[in-house]
Amino acid sequence: MSAIVSVKGLGKTYEGGFEALRAVSLDIEEGEILALLGPNGAGKTTLISIICGITNPSGGSVTVGGFDTIRDFRGARALIGLVPQEVSLEPFESVINTVRFTRGLFGKKRDDAYLERILRQLSLWDKRADRIMTLSGGMKRRVLIAKALSHQPRVLFLDEPTAGVDVELRKDMWEIVRGLRADGVTIILTTHYIEEAEAIADRVGVINNGELLLVEEKNALMARMGKKELRIDLARPLDALPKPLEAYDLRLTDEGGLIYTYDTSAEKTGITDLLADLRHAGLHMVDLDTRQSSLEDIFVDLVREDGP
Amino acid sequence: MNLQAIKAIYLFEMSRTMRTLGQSIVSPVLSTSLYFVVFGAAIGSRIDQVEGVSYGAFIVPGLIMLTVLTQAVSNASFGIYFPKFIGTVYELLSAPASFYEIVIGYVGAAATKALAIGLIILATANFFVDLSIVHPFWMLGFLVLTCFSFALFGFILGIWAQNFEQLQLVPLLVITPLVFLGGSFYSISMLPPAWQTVTLFNPVVYLVSGFRWSFFGMADVSVGFSLLAIGLFTVLCLAMIAWIFRTGYRLRS
Ligand SMILES: Nc1ncnc2c1ncn2[C@@H]1O[C@H](COP(=O)(O)OP(=O)(O)OP(=O)(O)O)[C@@H](O)[C@H]1O
Ligand SMILES: [Mg+2]
Repeated sequence: MSAIVSVKGLGKTYEGGFEALRAVSLDIEEGEILALLGPNGAGKTTLISIICGITNPSGGSVTVGGFDTIRDFRGARALIGLVPQEVSLEPFESVINTVRFTRGLFGKKRDDAYLERILRQLSLWDKRADRIMTLSGGMKRRVLIAKALSHQPRVLFLDEPTAGVDVELRKDMWEIVRGLRADGVTIILTTHYIEEAEAIADRVGVINNGELLLVEEKNALMARMGKKELRIDLARPLDALPKPLEAYDLRLTDEGGLIYTYDTSAEKTGITDLLADLRHAGLHMVDLDTRQSSLEDIFVDLVREDGP
Repeated sequence: MNLQAIKAIYLFEMSRTMRTLGQSIVSPVLSTSLYFVVFGAAIGSRIDQVEGVSYGAFIVPGLIMLTVLTQAVSNASFGIYFPKFIGTVYELLSAPASFYEIVIGYVGAAATKALAIGLIILATANFFVDLSIVHPFWMLGFLVLTCFSFALFGFILGIWAQNFEQLQLVPLLVITPLVFLGGSFYSISMLPPAWQTVTLFNPVVYLVSGFRWSFFGMADVSVGFSLLAIGLFTVLCLAMIAWIFRTGYRLRS
């Protein structure tokens, strides 16, 4: 695999002097799904806007498909589709016209058969002649996606495509994203629903305060940073931790059971010792359950450590 | 050259015009007719002739210029201001199209509409007065050039404007007065000498004068000057657009 998008030392200082990006470097592999996570104001949209040519960088460079986004902007931009965070659409235009417009803008010949395919896929075909102002919010988002796909991009940026979208459409969207990936399209998405990123992304990048904290394969990240919890239900609920068990990383649950947190990548998990000590203390277990910490837990930890 | 992009923008803008075809045509035709009634009939009955041309016919070129200038400026400025206002400008900025291609698309569409309206007014005028055009090709040439140069100016205005008030301010405060004072409804030679000199600083004088020459073969200033003025104005607008393109002025943060 080779990098289709290569970001080198990208910096952005807005007019007022606010530094929204600091020396961000990032290689995005062809065909992967990369999820960019970060709290509000982290710089995700700024990063995407610079790559797409909407915002000028203050420093650094970007190539897309080997084309420099400033010197060879035609080559670079022709490869990119963008679904922006804000829903901005021409209210009085019909759906089909605005999608056709985008395709033309990106230098592609009119191809109604292809557009029909996308519109059908996005359940917009029946609405094709409707004015955009008459569509619901979710449908407008679909129109944005149809526009972004109208010129068959190789790299697709989805800036919070599922904000304010119902469960059904979200599922549809991820179905489409998976389909695109199967066709070899590279996808970069931002989302605040981290379980979505967990479900769909190959790699995860975390941005905070304009800095890229990490980019890592999702599974590796979860194995490295993820903790596991063992929940122990007891026959007789406890009021306080018994003395002999204080050496362990244990918490009491509201029901008087115990939660043991351990690191799966550590040499010893300590489970065997704990269970033995429980028996010595005369505690009877009625149930055991383990839980892997989610990407969300990892994300929250990362950002909290990094500070505001 | 991304010809598809130019075509897409042009057609998109033209379809906007087509959606509002009624008001696009009715209002200029109506206002022109009003001008004819007021200026042609009321004043014309007292002035009779200006430099050998009936007053009604004399004001036709000025009337056309008045509408064409206003239309070219307002169409082009609105055409680019609206995407900025509603946010769809992101598409233009992220498209593999150069700024020049975007300008050609928008300015071309705005100029086309202004030209069409100019020709409709000419046809309307034919109902009121007898018109024989001495230099029809020059007439068309002046008209087309004016449509384009003022659509360029409108485009710049649309990029500059940060709200609807600003968008309307310039046409109202600059274009309309310049046209009214630019000899649209009178010959410069009818003014006192001091005012004649002042008037020569008004660029619209050269436009109207040249345009009127193509109709009647007589002009306030020489045709060469008219062409020079309009050419200069176009070059100035192009230079400004080049600067906007380089700096991303009010388009790219
Ligand atoms: N045009 C601008 N001028 C000045 N500051 C800006 C501009 N655009 C964004 N910013 C600032 O840059 C920072 C990063 O904004 P950005 O939109 O990239 O964040 P984000 O990660 O996309 O956040 P969100 O999750 O809320 O969409 C914010 O502090 C924002 O206020
Ligand atoms: Mg954002």
